[in-house]
Amino acid sequence: MSEEKITIHLTVNGRPMQGKAEPRCTLVDFLRHELRLTGTHAGCEHGVCGTCTILVDGEPTRSCLMFAIQAEGREIWTVEGLGQEGKLNPLQASFRKHHALQCGFCTPGMLMSATALLKKCPKPSAEHVRDALSGNVCRCTGYTPIVDAVIEVSQRQI
Amino acid sequence: MKPQAFRYLRPQSLEEALAALSDTEADIRPIAGGQSLVPMMSLRLAAPSTLLDLGSISSLRGIRVDESGWLVAGSMTTHSDFEHSEIVGRHFPLLPMAMESVAHMPIRSRGTIGGSLAHADPAGDWPALSVACEAKLVLSKQGAARAVMADEFFCGIFSTVLEPDELLTEIHFPLWPSNRRWGLQKFARRRGDFALAGAIVLLDVEDDGRVAWARIVVNGATEMPTVLSELAAGLEGKVPDASMVEALLDQVESSVDVRSDLHASTAYRKELVRVMIRRALQQALPALEREHE
Amino acid sequence: MITLEVSPAVEQCAQERAPEIGQNRERREDERFLTGTSCFVDDVARPNMLHAMVVRSAYAQATIREIDLDAARSVPGVFAVLGPDELAEHLKPIPMSAFTQLPGQERFLQKPLALGRTVYVGEPLALVLAESRYVAEDAANLVEVDYEYLDPVPDFQSALKDEALVHPGMGTNIASHSTVSKGETDEVFSRANYTRKETFYVHRHTASPMETRGLVAEWDALAARMRVWGATKLTFRNREILASMLDIPESSVEMIEVDVGGAFGVRGEFYPEDFLVPFAARWCGRPVKWIEDRAEHLMATNHSREMECTVEIAVDKDGHILGLRGDIVVDMGAYIRPNGGVAPGKCLQFMCGPYQIRHAAFSLRTVLTNKTPFGSYRGPGRYESSYFRERIVDLAAKDLGMDPAEFRKRNLIRSAQMPWDAGAMTPGGPVAYYDTGDYPSVMKQALEAFDYDSLQSLRGKKVDGKLHGVGIGCFVESSGGGPSESARLRVTAEGRVHLYTGISSAGQGHETVLAQILSDELGVPSDLIDVFHGSTSYVKKGWGTYHSRGAVMGGSAIVLASRKLQSQIIALLAQRSGVEKDALRWRQGAVLDEDGQVIAALAALGSASVKDDELLNALESEAVYSSTELAYTFGVQLAHVTVDPETALVEVVRFLTVEDVGRMINPNVVHGQTIGASVQGLGGTLLDHLVYDESGQLLTGSLADYLLPTATDFPSVEALSLEQSPARNNPLGVKGAGEGGIAAVGGAVANAVDDALQCYAVCVRNLPLSPDKVSALIRDARQKPMH
Repeated sequence: MSEEKITIHLTVNGRPMQGKAEPRCTLVDFLRHELRLTGTHAGCEHGVCGTCTILVDGEPTRSCLMFAIQAEGREIWTVEGLGQEGKLNPLQASFRKHHALQCGFCTPGMLMSATALLKKCPKPSAEHVRDALSGNVCRCTGYTPIVDAVIEVSQRQI
Repeated sequence: MKPQAFRYLRPQSLEEALAALSDTEADIRPIAGGQSLVPMMSLRLAAPSTLLDLGSISSLRGIRVDESGWLVAGSMTTHSDFEHSEIVGRHFPLLPMAMESVAHMPIRSRGTIGGSLAHADPAGDWPALSVACEAKLVLSKQGAARAVMADEFFCGIFSTVLEPDELLTEIHFPLWPSNRRWGLQKFARRRGDFALAGAIVLLDVEDDGRVAWARIVVNGATEMPTVLSELAAGLEGKVPDASMVEALLDQVESSVDVRSDLHASTAYRKELVRVMIRRALQQALPALEREHE
Repeated sequence: MITLEVSPAVEQCAQERAPEIGQNRERREDERFLTGTSCFVDDVARPNMLHAMVVRSAYAQATIREIDLDAARSVPGVFAVLGPDELAEHLKPIPMSAFTQLPGQERFLQKPLALGRTVYVGEPLALVLAESRYVAEDAANLVEVDYEYLDPVPDFQSALKDEALVHPGMGTNIASHSTVSKGETDEVFSRANYTRKETFYVHRHTASPMETRGLVAEWDALAARMRVWGATKLTFRNREILASMLDIPESSVEMIEVDVGGAFGVRGEFYPEDFLVPFAARWCGRPVKWIEDRAEHLMATNHSREMECTVEIAVDKDGHILGLRGDIVVDMGAYIRPNGGVAPGKCLQFMCGPYQIRHAAFSLRTVLTNKTPFGSYRGPGRYESSYFRERIVDLAAKDLGMDPAEFRKRNLIRSAQMPWDAGAMTPGGPVAYYDTGDYPSVMKQALEAFDYDSLQSLRGKKVDGKLHGVGIGCFVESSGGGPSESARLRVTAEGRVHLYTGISSAGQGHETVLAQILSDELGVPSDLIDVFHGSTSYVKKGWGTYHSRGAVMGGSAIVLASRKLQSQIIALLAQRSGVEKDALRWRQGAVLDEDGQVIAALAALGSASVKDDELLNALESEAVYSSTELAYTFGVQLAHVTVDPETALVEVVRFLTVEDVGRMINPNVVHGQTIGASVQGLGGTLLDHLVYDESGQLLTGSLADYLLPTATDFPSVEALSLEQSPARNNPLGVKGAGEGGIAAVGGAVANAVDDALQCYAVCVRNLPLSPDKVSALIRDARQKPMH
C-alpha cells in the first residue's frame, strides 16, 4: 500500500535539513513529524482553514496542499524561524501586546500570512489586512486584535 | 484525511511529461498547483496510481503577447502571475481584476490556469473567463497537438474533453479591442469562496453607444459556464437601456438550467443569476445603473 | 527564633505594589504559542507509538449484519484492528454528568462502539491501529461492513410522531419531557390585553474549534497505570469514567492536559474515543495516538443548538409583560451525551431572561433523531432562549406600537428588586436568584454607546440599494458553575510559588489570570508564580472548566489556598519564635511582626525549607472552594445590519455587546473573549449550519461547506465590559465572562433583519439567516398579498 520513502532535502528557516517521506506524505506532516518542527499546525487538511500556512520560496503556502516531495530544494520558513534566539520579533511582540491570540492554534499560520503580507505591502490598510488574512480561520479572537497587531507593526516599520 | 499511496514522477520537460502520459494503460494524473487536486486526494475522492508533477516544466509557465496581439499563457502560469503581470494589466484588464477575487493569496500563488481549466469546477473562475474571452486551448500529446475552443472544452461538472494522454499546454486569448467594456460580478458568501452565481459581460461598444458585439457568460449557477447567446444577440446592434435589459433578463430566467445545492436553491440561484448579469452589464455600461435606480 | 538573612529582595517584597487584578497583563502563555514551541496533543510523541483511526458508520440507521476486518488486518503496517469481538464485553454506557439532569434521558446513553446496529453517520464501528495514520486510513477503507439499511428518523418532527424509532427497544424517541412553571400563568394569559404566539427555530450548528480532538494514551503494564494526554475541561470526571470503564482504580489513571486549541463546550466531555484509545493502548501494549481529522470532527464531535420553541407572550395595557409560556423541542441526535441536559435545561431556565416576568410555564421535550449527538456549545441554552424570547418581545413591541428599546426598558428587572427571584425554572433545579445588577443602567449605556437614537431614521430604509435594520437582544447569563474547585500552592526552594489548579485551559488565558489573582492574594510579583493546570496529578480533586467558572471558582479556590498558606506559615513562625499568632501578619509576600518589621519573606522561607521538613510542609497548602450559588451577569447586544434585497445578503454594519461582568481580573482577556464569542455568534446566526439530507447523511462534511466566519465577515464588532455590579457570593466579586458575548447574538441579529425587511412584512422565525433563507423570506412575502 505504501510507497518507498524518499530522502527530501530542503532549507528550513535558513538551515539545510533533510528527512524521509513517502510521496503521499504532505508537507505539513513532514515538517511536523519527520523534522519535528511542530509549530506549524494542521486544522483541516483540505486547504480551507489556513492554519498550516508557511512560506515556500517567499510565498504564503498551505502546507497541507503540498506533498513533501514537492518541496525538494525549496526554501521554507515556518513560525520557528520568526524570532531570533528566543526573542520575539516585532510582529510576534505586537500579537502579544494586542492579545491577538487565545488558544494559539491558528497563530503560527496567522503569523506567516501576516509576515508575507507585510513583505509585499509594508503599510496595508486595516481592510487590506483583513483581506489578506481572510484565508486564516480563528475561532477565538474575532480577528480585530489580530488586525490591530499587524497594523501597529506596519506603522512602526520605516 | 490522508491520501492513498501513489508513484511520483517529476518530468523536467514537456516531452518527458507527454511521453509518460502516452502510456494510457497506467493511471497517471497530472498535478499542476494542486490546490484543487490535493484536497480531493486527501478526502480520497481522487486516488491516482501515479502523480505527474508538472512543476518543473518551466516552458509551461509564462505570459506573452504574440504578433497578432493575442495573449498566450502557458498552462502552468499561476493566478498570481496573472494578477501581477504588467502585460496582462495593460492588454487584458479583466483578467487581473478577476484574479483578485480568486480564493486567497496562498491558493493564487500555486494554483494555475491550466489546473483550474482541467479541473472544470462549475464555480471555478478560469473556465468562465476562458469561455467569455473565447479563448483557444492547446491540448498536446506525444507527437501531436490540437486546438479546442474554450466553450467546447467543458462537458459537465469536473468533466472536459481532455484525453488521458493529453496535457493542456497553452491558452490563447484573442486580441482585446480598445473599445471593449467589461463587467465581472460574482456572489459568494464569504471573501474568496466559490461563487454561488457569477456573470461575465463583454461588450464591444461603438462611439455612438451601440453594442457591436456582446458576450455574456454565467458561472457557478450551472454545470458548466453557460453562454447566453440570445441575451447577447438581443443587445447587439442596439444602445441598451434598463427596460431593454430587464425584458431580456426575463427571457434568460427560463432558458438557463440552474442547479441547486445546500447553499442555494434553484429559485434563489435564478434570482442571483439575474442580479449578477444586470450588475455586470451596469459595470460595463455605467449609464444603465443610473437608469435602474 | 528563626534567623533569616534579610536580603534586599525582602525589602522589595514588603513594599506596596499596584494590584494585579484589573491590570491588562500580557499573557504569559503567549510566548510559546507565538514561537511554535507550544505542545498540543498532536505534538506529543511517545516511543513506539501506534496511530489509530476510527472506522465510522456510513449510514444513519442500519443493522450491522457483519463487520469483516480481515482485509484491514492484513495491510502491512497494521498492528491490530479492534472490533466488536475485542470490545463488546468491555463496553459500558457513557454516563451523564452531574449537571442539569432531565429524567428519562439516562435511558439513551451511548456505548463507545456500535454493536449490531448503528444510529448515526460517524458512529464508531471499529478501531484500526497502525504504524502511521496514513496506513491506518488505508486499512480503515478496507473494512467491509454489511449494513442492512433502515429508514432513519431524519428530524425532530418525525421523531415526535414516534412511528419510526431511533432505538426500537426503548419504545419512544422522546427522551425526556419536563415542565416548569412559576406564578399563575394561565390566569394572567386569560386577562391579558395582548397575547401573541409564534414558533421559532434555531438550526443545528457547533463550535468547530481550530484544533480537532485528539488523545495519546500509554499503558504502563508493570505499574498498571494509564496515562492519557489531550484531556481537557473535565479531566477529573473523565478520569473517573475511564477508570471505571477500564476496571482500574482512579488513582491508576493520570489525565494530562497539554495545550488545547479551543474548547467552547464541545471538547472535554467523555466521548467514545476517550475509552477506545486508552483501551487500545492497554490491549496493544504500545502507546496509541488518535487525532481526529476535520471531516470526522464535523460528524463525531457534538452538535448543538437545534431547537424549536413555540412561545406565547402576554402583556398588559401598560406594556408590562405579564407572562410567557410555551413548548420547546430539542433535537438531541442519536444518543444522550454526558451534557445532554445542559442546553435544554438552561434554555428553559433563561426563557424569561432579564425581564420582570413572574408568571411562566414551559414544557421541554428532548427527542432523538438519527444525527450526530447533541452536547453543550458556548452559552448553551442562552443563545437559543435569548433568540426565542427577544424575537417575541420584539414582535410584541411592534404590535403595541412601542419602540423595542422602550418596551424592554419598561420591563427590565430593577436594581431595587435584586436579588431577583427568577423561580425554579430548571427541571429539578433550585430557585435561581439573580444576585446583583442594575439592568436599566446597562441598557442606557448600551443604547448610548450604539447611538441608538440616531439610527431610528435608517430603520427599514433603503440606502444605496441596501435596507437597514437595527435589533436588540438582552440576556442574563449565569456563571461560576459549582460545585467546587481546588487550588494547591507550593513555595519552592527558589522562592517561586507554584500554583496548581483543577481549572483547565483551552485559550482562556487562565495561566495569566489566575497568576494575577494569586499575586494580589499573596502579595508576590506575578512573575514569581508558575501556573499548572488541568492535569489530574496536580490537585487531589478538580472539577474543570465549564459554565464560565475559571475566575469565580478557580480564583476563589486560590484565595482560600492562599489564606491557608499564610496562616500555616504564620502559625509555624509564631510557634517557633514564641509569639502569639495574632502578633504576626502577612503582607506583600512576607511575614511582619507587630512593629511592621519583616520576619521572613517567601524567598528566604523557600530556601530554608530545603533542610527543614516542618517548614516544607507549611509551605504547601491545598484548598477546595465550594459554592452552588451562581453569579449572574446582564448584557445588551445591538446589531445594525443591512440586507441587500437583490442578493439577500445580510451584512453586519456594527455589532456591540455591553455586559456588566462585575469585576475583571484582566480586562483585555475579558474583552477578547467577548469579541471572539460575538463573532462566533454572528457566524452561528448567518453562516454555520450542519445540514442533513432525508437519509441522515451529513451534507456539510468539510469546511468548504460548513462555513466559519473569517476576518472579512464581521469587521465591526465591539464590546464594552462594565464593572458595575460585582458578585456578592464569592471572595473576589467576579462573575464569569467567557460566554456572554454569544448569548443574544441570534436575537439581536434576527430582530435587525426583521427590522430591515419591514417593507416586505417579513417575520423572521427561523435561523440561520443565510442568503438562501432570507431570499425565500422575501420571495414568500412578495407573493403574499399585503394589507
